Amino acid sequence: MASVLEQAEESARAVEALRITSIRLVIGTMSDVLPEAMEFAMEALSPGTMAEGSALSIELRQPRSRCLACGMEFDHDRYHRTCPACDALSCELISGRELYIDFIEVENDAESKQ
Amino acid sequence: MQIEMSQPILAHNDRQATANRERLAAHHVYLLDLMASPGAGKTSTILATIERLAKRFNVAVIEGDIASDVDAQKVKAAGVPAVQINTGGACHLESAMIARALDALDLQALDLIIVENVGNLVCPTEFDLGENAKVMILSVPEGDDKALKYPAIFEISRAVVLNKVDTMPVFNFDEQAFLSSVAALNPQAPVFALSATSGQGVDAWCEWLAKQMQSVVG
Repeated sequence: MASVLEQAEESARAVEALRITSIRLVIGTMSDVLPEAMEFAMEALSPGTMAEGSALSIELRQPRSRCLACGMEFDHDRYHRTCPACDALSCELISGRELYIDFIEVENDAESKQ
Repeated sequence: MQIEMSQPILAHNDRQATANRERLAAHHVYLLDLMASPGAGKTSTILATIERLAKRFNVAVIEGDIASDVDAQKVKAAGVPAVQINTGGACHLESAMIARALDALDLQALDLIIVENVGNLVCPTEFDLGENAKVMILSVPEGDDKALKYPAIFEISRAVVLNKVDTMPVFNFDEQAFLSSVAALNPQAPVFALSATSGQGVDAWCEWLAKQMQSVVG
């Protein structure tokens, strides 16, 4: 979360914003990152930064793979990645390990006065 | 005003990892990130590996621990340079820590650096250190169900070492169940069953590692 705040502040400063009002993260459930832990870290780390008082929202992505044998794309749980069509074990994960900042919303004084 | 970022949360770590990777490649040094639980036998496996590969390659070790330099002392006693990183509580190593440890080593004189990550089956999987390969060790007493419980580390590992195989009769370890759970997560990864202390199976692991190193070290 420290690096989320650091990167968000960097981007906010680049457009000369004064405050970060919201941060949107995308987290794949296979990355083993707990949304609750991120929210707690946000509460603990954001005071005194440009993101103090901002809203954190998290979009969770579920695991999805493509079978390397037959090309089928399928959703699956955390632990089973066998192709449902042909039983192949070699499947490429196409979603589920995301861990990135999607966007932030910022404001400067001009905007907040309006 | 909305700013699109699409930036990896670990972008800083990834950038430093890329710098480490380039620096090591320029010196033809292979970096192995070795991950396991506390007590799985990371240090013993490193010592057994050094014993077999030190004649062919110049090896150094980077030891990651929350506290103490016990492991670095053991490695130095085996006649190999060792750098101790104390994370002071952090449960994994990050690429910036590796960059500082590399400063303390003579890269020009080295072929292989083994990183002993902090004992943990969860966090080290997420952090790129600039390694050529991540390899994990599971030891028999930990149980045959660990690939089901900690899938990410099995998925990301280039190879899996199954250590303490000499204790299998005592711990009722179902090797077939273990192998099939690993294959389901990571069909490409070879599994090396060995005992670091008795030496059983260690040669096959070392041969695999030496082969992996070929393209980097030459």
